Amino acid sequence: MPGGLTRDAVTIALVTGVLIWVLPLIVGTYTLTVLAIYGMLGLSLGLIWGFGGILCFGQAAFFGLGAYAYAIFAINIGESTVPMILAVLVPAVFAALLGAMMFYGRLGDVYLGVITLVVTLILYKVVNSTAGPQYVIGNARLGGFNGIPGFPTLNVPGTPDAYIWGDRYFHVCAVLLGLVYMLVTALLRSSFGRIAVGIRENETRMSLMGYDVRARKTAMFAIGAGIAGLAGGLFANWAEIVTPSLFSLGQSAEIIIWCIVGGLGTRLGPVLGAAGLAYLKFLLGQQAVIDNALVTGLVLVLFVLFLPKGVVPALSDLWSAGIGRIRPGRIGRRRQPRRRGWPNG
Amino acid sequence: MAEIALETHGLTMRFGGVVAADRVDFRLQARELRCLIGPNGAGKSTFFKCITGLQSPSEGEVWMRGIETTGWMPHQVASLGVGIKTQTPNVLDSLSVHENVWLAARRFHGAREADRKTREVIDLLDLGAIAKDGLGRLAHGERQRVELGLVAAGDPWLILLDEPAAGLGAEDVERLTGIIRELNRQATLVIVEHDMQFIRSIAETVTVFHQGKVLMEGHVDRVMSDPVVRNVYLGRKA
Ligand SMILES: Nc1ncnc2c1ncn2[C@@H]1O[C@H](COP(=O)(O)OP(=O)(O)OP(=O)(O)O)[C@@H](O)[C@H]1O
Ligand SMILES: [Mg+2]
Repeated sequence: MPGGLTRDAVTIALVTGVLIWVLPLIVGTYTLTVLAIYGMLGLSLGLIWGFGGILCFGQAAFFGLGAYAYAIFAINIGESTVPMILAVLVPAVFAALLGAMMFYGRLGDVYLGVITLVVTLILYKVVNSTAGPQYVIGNARLGGFNGIPGFPTLNVPGTPDAYIWGDRYFHVCAVLLGLVYMLVTALLRSSFGRIAVGIRENETRMSLMGYDVRARKTAMFAIGAGIAGLAGGLFANWAEIVTPSLFSLGQSAEIIIWCIVGGLGTRLGPVLGAAGLAYLKFLLGQQAVIDNALVTGLVLVLFVLFLPKGVVPALSDLWSAGIGRIRPGRIGRRRQPRRRGWPNG
Repeated sequence: MAEIALETHGLTMRFGGVVAADRVDFRLQARELRCLIGPNGAGKSTFFKCITGLQSPSEGEVWMRGIETTGWMPHQVASLGVGIKTQTPNVLDSLSVHENVWLAARRFHGAREADRKTREVIDLLDLGAIAKDGLGRLAHGERQRVELGLVAAGDPWLILLDEPAAGLGAEDVERLTGIIRELNRQATLVIVEHDMQFIRSIAETVTVFHQGKVLMEGHVDRVMSDPVVRNVYLGRKA
């Protein structure tokens, strides 16, 4: 349905445009920038978990790899275009290798969770222990727990002196989030995406149909990591420093909570969950009465108890039970298939 | 000489001390329809799984149309053009009937052609009225029929069905008989079944399994009247 895809793309473009215009009237663009970045990070896990059925406990690892790849290459190259591309490619290739090992090794879902968790831990430990001056990549000192500060930030491609910052940088991040959202939409409408959802539903059935489940899950895993890496590269530019805390398990857990709260199996849910919870955290961060982690935990518990499907699926259920019923013949519906008799009576 | 669709040599499957399939030699001509029967635990499903790649045999060989497929994975076997229905239902529960069939068709066709093929299969199996319903909400008989649709959508030349009539009412069994005859016009079929009436209505030749071995093979009437077979298989019910 190419027509449906065009309509989706127009909708996404319009909504992104309106939000870029309206939201800065309410919240500062510096905060909005990081909300958009987290939205993208949430979407990366929402894609592979909600549609690909792959629960990854280490999505933060790809986020961190993207951020570090950007910082290290930006210092060495002195311009931001290639480092930004590498922020996507490095985590994607890493995930492809890790995914191939897990999926071709026919590991069960539990082991997949454990391995992604352990890999995150190892990356954290390794990066944390690179404080000495001997740990350099080209001109970039890894800096251990101090992280890497002072790398060149985003510039207009081809013009290293024209830095993009402030409101402009917010626009870049928001537009990129819109583009990634469109990409995910197109992916899920494509055969590849529909087959991935089939694999989420029943791997055995899909392999009995002739699909190589291992290769497809590996590809999906790598795509999710690439999106997380892009978010990481953007985050590095926003924070202007990368530290090992990007790889922390706490960060990974938060991404999972965003998806649960926003709603798995939707595109919008993880984005809203990420932006909403991150904003809540930002507001709470301005006071010292209630502990942040406590609130995040409480929100999770409340959702699991009272709204286990998450915000977006609950809202769309409401919609189809109420307003949707008034317009039964919605556009885009296929015509009713005909009924016919049996070949042999 | 007619083409051999499926052949096994000394196929053996052990689970610890249990020999679930014991040196099975099996041979099937193209376009033949063969029923496998035998008491519970005879090793029918195990034999079946070793052919489809769901299990890897301990010993022996599997050949399909002259290609050795021993130890292949299910997606490789299926990609040869083999349609498979397992004993336990395997469908995509939260997706619609249409999406289920489309995914099966898409494996062997481009997206456009898969749309057409899906309509064809939905018509063939009379699934039009429930095409938009999720599989999880369908009755058992309808789910079985959809699973047959998934098998048919790949235009297989070899079809392996493990207990397709299990749990079906008389009307559904009659429909199933029609579908199987239709499929048999193009494809070779192996059907594991318990329902004798159903077997008589579709098959001429049956293979009897007992304790992992092939006990007997021949015309359904001759096999059914054989005292040894009656003893191990039908005797159980008498
Ligand atoms: N994965 C397994 N591990 C251990 N033993 C098994 C396994 N699968 C089957 N068996 C054993 O192998 C024997 C044959 O089982 P199988 O399922 O092939 O029988 P069947 O002929 O299909 O029976 P039914 O008519 O009940 O479906 C049984 O004794 C069973 O307990
Ligand atoms: Mg069985």
